[in-house]
Amino acid sequence: MTDAGRHPRIKLLTLSEVIDVKGYVGNFEVKILKRARYVSEKDCTACGECAKVCPVVRPDEFNEGLSSRKAVYSPFPQAVPSAYVINIKECLGHNPVVCAKCSEVCEKKCINFHMSDEEVVEKVGSIVVATGLEPYNPKELDEYSYTRFENVLSSTEFERLVSAGGPSKGELIRPSDRNVPKSVGFVQCVGSRSARKGGEYCSNICCMNTVKSTLVLKEHYPDIEIKVFYIDIRAFGKGFEDLYRKSRSLGVRYIRGLPGTVIENGDGGIRVAVENTATGKIAFHDLDMLVLAVGLQPSKTTKKLQEILGLQLSPDGFFLEAHPKLQPVDSATKGVYFAGCAEGPKDIKESVTQGSASAARAIRLMHRGEIISEPATAEVDPEKCKACGKCVEVCPYGAISADSKRKIQAQITQAACSGCGTCAAECPFDAIIMNHFTDQQIGNQVEALLAEAPESKVLAFACNWCSYAGADYAGVSRLQYPPNVRLIRTMCSGRVDESFIWDAFAKAAPIVLVSGCHIGDCHYNNANLWTQKRIEKIRKKMSKLGIRPERLQLEWISAAEGVRFAKVMGELEKLRRQVSAEEIAETVKALAEKTGAN
Amino acid sequence: MKKSALQQGEAPRIGVYICHCGLNIARTVDCPKVAELSAAMPDVIVSRDIQYACSEPGQHGIKEDIAEHGLNRVVIASCSPRLHEPTFRQMIESAGLNPYLLEMANLREHCSWVHINEPEAATAKALDLVRMAVARARDLEPLQGSRIPLTKRTLVIGGGIAGIQSALDLADNGYEVVLVEKKPSIGGQMARLDKTFPTMDCSI
Repeated sequence: MTDAGRHPRIKLLTLSEVIDVKGYVGNFEVKILKRARYVSEKDCTACGECAKVCPVVRPDEFNEGLSSRKAVYSPFPQAVPSAYVINIKECLGHNPVVCAKCSEVCEKKCINFHMSDEEVVEKVGSIVVATGLEPYNPKELDEYSYTRFENVLSSTEFERLVSAGGPSKGELIRPSDRNVPKSVGFVQCVGSRSARKGGEYCSNICCMNTVKSTLVLKEHYPDIEIKVFYIDIRAFGKGFEDLYRKSRSLGVRYIRGLPGTVIENGDGGIRVAVENTATGKIAFHDLDMLVLAVGLQPSKTTKKLQEILGLQLSPDGFFLEAHPKLQPVDSATKGVYFAGCAEGPKDIKESVTQGSASAARAIRLMHRGEIISEPATAEVDPEKCKACGKCVEVCPYGAISADSKRKIQAQITQAACSGCGTCAAECPFDAIIMNHFTDQQIGNQVEALLAEAPESKVLAFACNWCSYAGADYAGVSRLQYPPNVRLIRTMCSGRVDESFIWDAFAKAAPIVLVSGCHIGDCHYNNANLWTQKRIEKIRKKMSKLGIRPERLQLEWISAAEGVRFAKVMGELEKLRRQVSAEEIAETVKALAEKTGAN
Repeated sequence: MKKSALQQGEAPRIGVYICHCGLNIARTVDCPKVAELSAAMPDVIVSRDIQYACSEPGQHGIKEDIAEHGLNRVVIASCSPRLHEPTFRQMIESAGLNPYLLEMANLREHCSWVHINEPEAATAKALDLVRMAVARARDLEPLQGSRIPLTKRTLVIGGGIAGIQSALDLADNGYEVVLVEKKPSIGGQMARLDKTFPTMDCSI
């Protein structure tokens, strides 16, 4: 920690949050909100005189509220930076009449009530997301009586009680009477592996954390009685089984079964009823303290950061990696990497491994000092461009300029173009060529798909980042769906030109699907809003032509929604069966007449 | 505006490779049959089924075909392009072709794995997917990216153990790092642990 604090190449911004990220791989512009500390980081020597005189007493969140701190405080003794901080919402204020005692005693004059929050802009080439975790709050699982009995603790509270730097200086005491408990029970999988409450996933660390806690207790209090109630003990890592065996050999009892009821039996004692699933017998255990081994949940900032960076989440709410085996620290967004519990629950060793891995991946990207841009970008055909400015309006990156009044044709800044293809789809004069996804190339695919027995097929456009990846995920999960669908990949659903859809129906397609990322999750800012508008417009036109608009479907399917992808494919097949040969023939005729009339 | 290869007068010469992926594809899709039928598609010069397209011998065989038959487009029908497109792009580039002259058909994630019990329908679908890929490949054009300068600096969001490790490794390798932490101190959850497994020593 201190190494990171004093490293000449690390700029440390605490009390800070990322609020906006612009740009692209190699050239991100990051806006950071740096909240005021009200104590000079540079000058504060952490002498602590300010806290001594501060009259405001608040629960100390670092110690899970088991001790108190002042409104001006050091988060914990080894904090980096070591400077104190004022919680301005708790502070009585700088008006000397009211308080300002801290600033009076501070010899170095570090305290400055006039500091204000500031916005910092940083330019970076790569981003590592290491936003960590949130311990599960066992309040909602009240069968364990966490909210009712003082001596039922979460494992995070227990951790502070046995910590030498904690509120009781490492002495394990019961909150109710401050006595050292003679017996302690641990309940495993609290908020983990439950379809009902908390997460359905295994939180990975709680088994070994409890094994560790039993060893710590046995070291401090050799005679203490310890019982661990579990579903199964997962001691899978290097050296883990040794620790588990050691814990058992010290007399810790491991009982397979979770408590059904938890009641208080006077004097703050806890009585738990547990069905031992190894013996099939129900037994009552009287304990002085019960510790709930809580699971890990995604950090609260996950959702916001996902939106800012255009990332994806797994169904369990953690960030989704580009590939679960081969790219475990890459995100689907180039230049953005994951480390630690942001990507899923993991222990310290794994977090450190990922920290190093993410650094190596970032260096791999940056070491040349330049990157080769993706050439699949849009291009203007000056022979066709009428300078109408529609492309300027729809471009999610502001990468196009044109002037309709002065008849200045569209110009695309290649470095800013990300290749979504929305401009090519929206251009009324077909004057924009989307390289690698040209009208011709996609038209060829549509034609080949519908060349034989078109009535038996479903044509589905899928965006690369979400829906195509969702289809991949359905495959990896071996989900089975009707074999009639054929996918055409585009980078973004925004690329799907109106003409592709008319072309498909004219070539006797019974059903066409356009699929993309959920609204708000689009990898090209908000290009899929144009997809949505376009599909609505086409469906209206279909109605006018006497074509059932249901034959054109629009679905948002994310990369993690393999199940949903398979389900949608099943629904499309049902829709397809409802489209008769006559209906298809009528459509083909209506569209031929329309083309003829034009 | 670039002229397409066709407009430049170069006729497409397409090589098609149907990958078995061991049995991942071949258990469901009749790969030899798909390869045989693909050979009759327009502009297809070579069509083969191979055990593992991504393997060294698999890639080598394709490169030899490119040289021997003067192929200028390659269709590989195997796994998802999200997995191996970079691999095969590099391969055709090393054989002298522009990497954007590759097209992939996804016979594994989108076909064999999701229609396990319908080998006939899966084979018919595989053939369609190859036909679509060949049709698209016919009009693929060579593309060249441009060099863009890059900022040798990394933003690390989160000052827990993972973020600290990442920041230190980057900084020790000579890269500038901006480490952002929302709390007043770095350390994260780790700093709150007294002892940690498996070493049973302190966390800080």
